[in-house]
Amino acid sequence: MVVTSGTALGAVIGTIGFAAFGILCGLLYKGFDRKISAHMQSRIGPPIIQPFLDVSKFMIKDSVQPERALAWLYNAAPIVSLASVITVLLYLPFGGLTFTPILSGHGDLILVVYLLILPALAMVAGGFASSSPFATIGAQRKMVTMMSYEFPLAVVAIAIAWKLNQLYPGESVFGLAFIYSHPLWGHVGPAGIIGMLLLLFSIVVVTPGQLATVPFDIDEASPEIAEGLTAEYSGRNFALFYLADAAKMVAVGTLTVALFFPYDLSPLIGISGPVGSFIDFVFFLLKLFLVTTLTVTLTRVAVARLKVSQVPTSYWGATTAIALVGLILLVVPN
Amino acid sequence: MVEQATKMKRLINAIWIFNWFNSCGFCELIPLVGSRWDMERFGMIITGTPRHADVLFIAGYQTLKSIKRAQVIYEQMPDPKAVIALGACTMSGGMYWDSYNTIKRLADYIPVNIYIPGCPPRPEAVFEACMKIFHHVGAVPPHGRKFAKAHRG
Repeated sequence: MVVTSGTALGAVIGTIGFAAFGILCGLLYKGFDRKISAHMQSRIGPPIIQPFLDVSKFMIKDSVQPERALAWLYNAAPIVSLASVITVLLYLPFGGLTFTPILSGHGDLILVVYLLILPALAMVAGGFASSSPFATIGAQRKMVTMMSYEFPLAVVAIAIAWKLNQLYPGESVFGLAFIYSHPLWGHVGPAGIIGMLLLLFSIVVVTPGQLATVPFDIDEASPEIAEGLTAEYSGRNFALFYLADAAKMVAVGTLTVALFFPYDLSPLIGISGPVGSFIDFVFFLLKLFLVTTLTVTLTRVAVARLKVSQVPTSYWGATTAIALVGLILLVVPN
Repeated sequence: MVEQATKMKRLINAIWIFNWFNSCGFCELIPLVGSRWDMERFGMIITGTPRHADVLFIAGYQTLKSIKRAQVIYEQMPDPKAVIALGACTMSGGMYWDSYNTIKRLADYIPVNIYIPGCPPRPEAVFEACMKIFHHVGAVPPHGRKFAKAHRG
């Protein structure tokens, strides 16, 4: 199924399709995440479809609105959050040419990196608007986290594009389709491989911050500040945040896959056409599963939450330093 | 009522719990979280804010001072909601039965849906209570925008 961006109808159907794919896939991966983390703690864990059951439950719960909340902002924040995640999904390459991104010609890596701020920013606005002290503290912490992880993430994006520009001068190296079709690992020397590994490490560290999972979940921190940002949200509004969170997991994981593992299976085994595209898509889902398991599940089970002051320090200090060393190793000719 | 009953089944599959525990209350639920009884396999998890909660667990004896906080938490939870009282203390005051300051019967202060006896209650009893709680549809107040409107009208 190749959706062209030419017609308005195609764009609408494609948007609905990508939104449904992102949300369903995200909820499924959330289920895997909970099941795997339960097994790692020698528990049985919930059924894989537990996130779906959670969402269907939230839909019948009452949606409470605090008396002193700023009503329009409080109710708009979940919708903006989900809508911006879906917008990001329209740019991302989901495995080969199976699904051509609807907006592939209209934006590049830099835009995607900065669009990924929007859902978090909507959550911050909703947290401030709900007038709860817990949510306000959570919103402040979220802003600090956002400001901290943006720089290493930008360094990673620029390093990849810089190297691609050295290899293919004159091309649109920031375009996600270009990045996805030109893997870097085979074109760099030994120092470049080490540089790529360091950049991969930084993006693995940045991902929990983007998704607000342990160890960088200071903004939610349920035992300290009562779920932080979403402290006042319930019912349908909270369900929208839940869906946005699930879809964002897919978006962030896809970005990592596109930057570091843009390999397709079909050229390797010599199958083309629709069957090859399908194989690529399944292979992509597998890669995404491995990336999310590594960055979210393993990290969150293995380590405890960092202190509030440690999160910006670790991002601005160690992670940025590692990313910069990786950039230098990658782009300096060797 | 039938529609409400089918909707309630969706609640039983994903019960989010808010804990209000006094004194030794918490030791009753520790085994449930751990790997031996693992309440997450039934979709039950503990949440940090009353706004996300479906069921309020009250355990241990309540004093005249702490019951006010419990009432505020109950008011903050969105409908449909239920209260489960754990242990002997909530039913009779337990070993503090003759204290001037202890609540002897929790249902006088908060609409308790189910009492679980025992000191402490068995984890299996807690699971059974959670499965049963939303079957008592008549006891749970109407919920949602549609139901709230019908209830008012």
